[in-house]
Amino acid sequence: MPRLTAGERHTVRFTLNGRAVEAQAEPRMLLTDFLRHELGATGTHVGCEHGVCGACTVEIDGVPARSCLTLAVQTDGASIRTVEGLAPEPGRLSVLQEAFRRHHALQCGFCTAGILMSLDNYLRRQPNPSEHELREFLGGHICRCTGYVPIVAAAMDAARRLRESPSDV
Amino acid sequence: MSAANSSTQWCGQSVERVEDAALLTGRGRFIDDLATKPGTLHAAILRSPHGHARLAAIRTDAARALPGIAAVLTGDDIRKLSASLVVGVKAPVECWPIATDRVRYVGEPVAVVVATSRYIAEDALDLIEVDYDTLPAIVDPVAALNPTQPVLHDGLKSNLASERTFRYGEPEEAFTEAAHRIAVTIRYPRNSCTPMETYGLVAEYDPGEDAYDVLANFMGPFSLHAVMARALKVPGNRFRLRTPPDSGGSFGVKQGVFPYIVLMGVAARVTGQPVKWIEDRLEHLAASVSATNRVTTLKAAVDSDGRVRALDWDQLEDVGAHIRAPEPATLYRMHGNLTGAYDIRHVSVRNRVVLTNKTPTGLNRGFGGPQVYYALERLMQRIAVELKLDPVEVIRRNLIPSGAFPYRTATGALLDSGDYVKAFGLALQDGGFAELRQRQATARAEGRLYGIGLTAAVEPSVSNMGYITTVLTPDERRKAGPKNGAQATATISLDPLGGVTVHVSSVPQGQGHRTVLAQIVADDLGLKPSDIRVVTDFDSARDAWSIASGNYSSRFAAAVGGAAKLASGKIKAKLARTAAAQLNVAADDIEFAGGKVRARGNPDNALPFSRLAATSHWSPGLVPEENQALRETAFWSPTQLTAPTEGDEINSSLCHGFIFDFCGVEIDRVTGAARIDKYVTMHDCGTILHPGMVAGQVTGGFAHAVGAALYEEYAYGDDGSFLTGTFADYLVPTTMEVPAPVILHYETPSPFTPLGAKGVGEGNCMSTPVCLANAVADALGLDAIDLPLTPAKLAAHIHGAESTPPQQERPALAAGKGRALHGAGEAHVNASADAVWRMLLDPNTLATIIPGAHGVEKLSDTHFRADVTLGVGPVTGRYKADIRLSDLDAPRAVTLTGIVTGALGDARGAGRITLTPDEAGTRVAYDYDAAIGGKVASIGGRLLDGAAKVVIRQFFAALVRHTGGAPAKRGLFARLFGRDT
Repeated sequence: MPRLTAGERHTVRFTLNGRAVEAQAEPRMLLTDFLRHELGATGTHVGCEHGVCGACTVEIDGVPARSCLTLAVQTDGASIRTVEGLAPEPGRLSVLQEAFRRHHALQCGFCTAGILMSLDNYLRRQPNPSEHELREFLGGHICRCTGYVPIVAAAMDAARRLRESPSDV
Repeated sequence: MSAANSSTQWCGQSVERVEDAALLTGRGRFIDDLATKPGTLHAAILRSPHGHARLAAIRTDAARALPGIAAVLTGDDIRKLSASLVVGVKAPVECWPIATDRVRYVGEPVAVVVATSRYIAEDALDLIEVDYDTLPAIVDPVAALNPTQPVLHDGLKSNLASERTFRYGEPEEAFTEAAHRIAVTIRYPRNSCTPMETYGLVAEYDPGEDAYDVLANFMGPFSLHAVMARALKVPGNRFRLRTPPDSGGSFGVKQGVFPYIVLMGVAARVTGQPVKWIEDRLEHLAASVSATNRVTTLKAAVDSDGRVRALDWDQLEDVGAHIRAPEPATLYRMHGNLTGAYDIRHVSVRNRVVLTNKTPTGLNRGFGGPQVYYALERLMQRIAVELKLDPVEVIRRNLIPSGAFPYRTATGALLDSGDYVKAFGLALQDGGFAELRQRQATARAEGRLYGIGLTAAVEPSVSNMGYITTVLTPDERRKAGPKNGAQATATISLDPLGGVTVHVSSVPQGQGHRTVLAQIVADDLGLKPSDIRVVTDFDSARDAWSIASGNYSSRFAAAVGGAAKLASGKIKAKLARTAAAQLNVAADDIEFAGGKVRARGNPDNALPFSRLAATSHWSPGLVPEENQALRETAFWSPTQLTAPTEGDEINSSLCHGFIFDFCGVEIDRVTGAARIDKYVTMHDCGTILHPGMVAGQVTGGFAHAVGAALYEEYAYGDDGSFLTGTFADYLVPTTMEVPAPVILHYETPSPFTPLGAKGVGEGNCMSTPVCLANAVADALGLDAIDLPLTPAKLAAHIHGAESTPPQQERPALAAGKGRALHGAGEAHVNASADAVWRMLLDPNTLATIIPGAHGVEKLSDTHFRADVTLGVGPVTGRYKADIRLSDLDAPRAVTLTGIVTGALGDARGAGRITLTPDEAGTRVAYDYDAAIGGKVASIGGRLLDGAAKVVIRQFFAALVRHTGGAPAKRGLFARLFGRDT
């Protein structure tokens, strides 16, 4: 573990959506600010900065995490996935993203990145959730536009499609 | 595609949204995602921790000296370069975007720091010292009217900012003649729809032209453009306001960014560089805007069959600390609709607007509707209960009869279309009302608490910009000139390749405007939606706009969609005439279909649309001047939106949807938690352009309403402290709390809008809170119930109020109540009572044992002063403590009374320490009471008790160490965090 000094900028290196990246951060810099303003990965959004709303959820070493409660320097050497890494290729959406579009599971789209990151991880661990399980899991996210009904429908639909064609992403 | 159905091909279909691919892949362009000019500075705002205080002094030297700070601005600096925001009532009050002489609500800006980074700007906030002379805070709107209460604004004689009475028909006679007089009094609480993206802006000033250029996630109404330009003291054409392509929700709330546009405009002017400010969530919850809280007494004159003859409204509207534009619009938005969905001809109204020490109010989804329908529909249920009638029948008997539309209400609204009786009947039938009654009977037979609620409502949309002038007397209105209308605009451009671009000033925040406009124009021009590109980011310097532009009062589908249809029609008529000349047919025989412009009945005689559309670019010589088709703008203001009459009748909105909701709610007998078992909502929103989006508006509005009904409240302590400053305190519903409502539709197209569409975005925010409350009242047999219907509140109704714990003798607190804390405990110290006593009275010992102390100063034997750093949850701050000792009984007991103040809040408390010698030393017992205010109370509330215990434990642990005794047993805190307590 490198020794960090408050007020000094340190080089932070990690893998972002499969690509090696690096930039400078003071020890106090939040991962959200680092992703968005140092690396230009603005797909991760900041909704509350106190860990409740879930908009900033990213995957760190395979585990969903609130990037607003994470310091950038903590992630040195980690592998991070964000919403920018979900689509299999430019111009194509993942099964989950596609389901969100089909079901109108987003309106303003601000909370969506975090919800997608959580669901992407969850459906890999639990490919066949009941609606109750899914709702309970999504309880860690706040959406103010949709009333959640289409989000739940999209997630259940995506889960079904992924079960039927497991090779899809 | 056939010619016959080409005009209805795309509208009415739930096509996939053009907005979604970018938003789903992280390519949205929200305000904080956009690149800024090099050298852009970042602002942070110091905010008041007090509900009411005079600003005695602000010392900014230390903040200014911090490297990276460009400016520190206070109220005096802002006053020099701007003017007060115009207020909407005739009252001698000012409204500044920053405190100038006093702070009047927790969260009111006190200073702005501009720095090279937000982190540095926030560092500097901690270095600003403000001396506040606290004043008594007024939180309750009824108490605020009491002449003995302090007056918030020097220009006013009392806290009553506006009072008007109205009379329609013959209400007094109706009340005299009616068989029954039935009344409800309700206190509607404060809440807010809290969009997930907070406010944000980048402001720039050009001294060469004395012009401001601001990019902000503002949502309109653009009548506020005039307010901002006047505040910045520039003509409208020197205040360029732009919006980013994406905005993360608004629900009315982002109207409230406008004072910050003025504030940061001045900051940009002072620093000579662009200034960016992104509000954080804590700022948003404390100080963005909230809906109004309102105290309403509503009386009805009722016949024995439940028919309502007259209503008497008495509304007391609490707009918070300032009458910030467009308030008191919340109170007048529903003025034409005070009789709801009912045929009631006699109405009297008293409207009062009061100022209190709370955040200024503003637009919020439903805007005045939730407050009105809560009173009206609680009343309808009370009528049924008191007259022992079926509530279904009471509603049915009062509905505006079929065939009566357009229907002019007593207070002036012109209800455009509908068949309320039919839609009501369909909802009962298709929604399974009989089955719901069966469920209730079964549940009740099993001893469960199960209630049914009903609500009928009219959902107004497309606000008349003149309704707010109903707050003025007819005489005042004559002097000011009539205000009315709701200009909508849309522009259609054809590019040199024949592509179609639509520009509107509707400023969406996720409602899918781009998709629907593409559908509308594609239908009109015989194209596919993907052929149409729609631009919704707004630029006041380039776009066609007017004061009604923006995204509020559910005006998009009816007004903006309609204007797009009209603009498309204008360009289409020109293209048709050009095509007619080229195809040798009459212009009336030209049709647009399948990407072609062709002769009706002879599809082979056709031109590709793109070729025709490009003609005026490449070959203007081929086109007579009147047919040049490059760009067309339509302005549309419905003629029905007239100014208030001499008799104060006002058609406050253009369109009126109908809603009828019913629900079944079960309440847990033990916990008091309300569970929505079934919810049915019937909507007549006129012609539906996109069913998926209409469903989205209904379920989204429903979720907001569930939050408002069951969980959400912007809560204030009696001292004005704000108690719900985080998303862990202000509880918004998640997936677990929002069931899927059953949505039904009955369509009667509006005759007043080009597409027959009406608004649908706000209805459930109006109907659902009271529908749920009616169900809860039914379940528990309550006469009166106010929101939010929290488990604690309902449990108190079920079990009776909790008995108060046995009273212990406690020292009295110095002042009012914020977050109250109390606790007691004891510690064992390996020293004699005399030794402990000496330590407690010695400043040097205290300095080493008080957690976070930077030094203790002894002013007298019984008076100490200390600087301490304390952390509560996410908030660590430096405080000044002033402690006095009294009731000294050496070496047995002493009372400590203290006041702790700092930028993050203040605490007042008292504690009694008693020392009892025992075999191994001394047993030290303590018992304290404290009240906490300020930011700490807002955002650390849940953690305060724990934090106080930690600090006290640390104190005694240090005392034990100081006496050389063994460390106390490691507490939970130490075990969790590996630190000694």
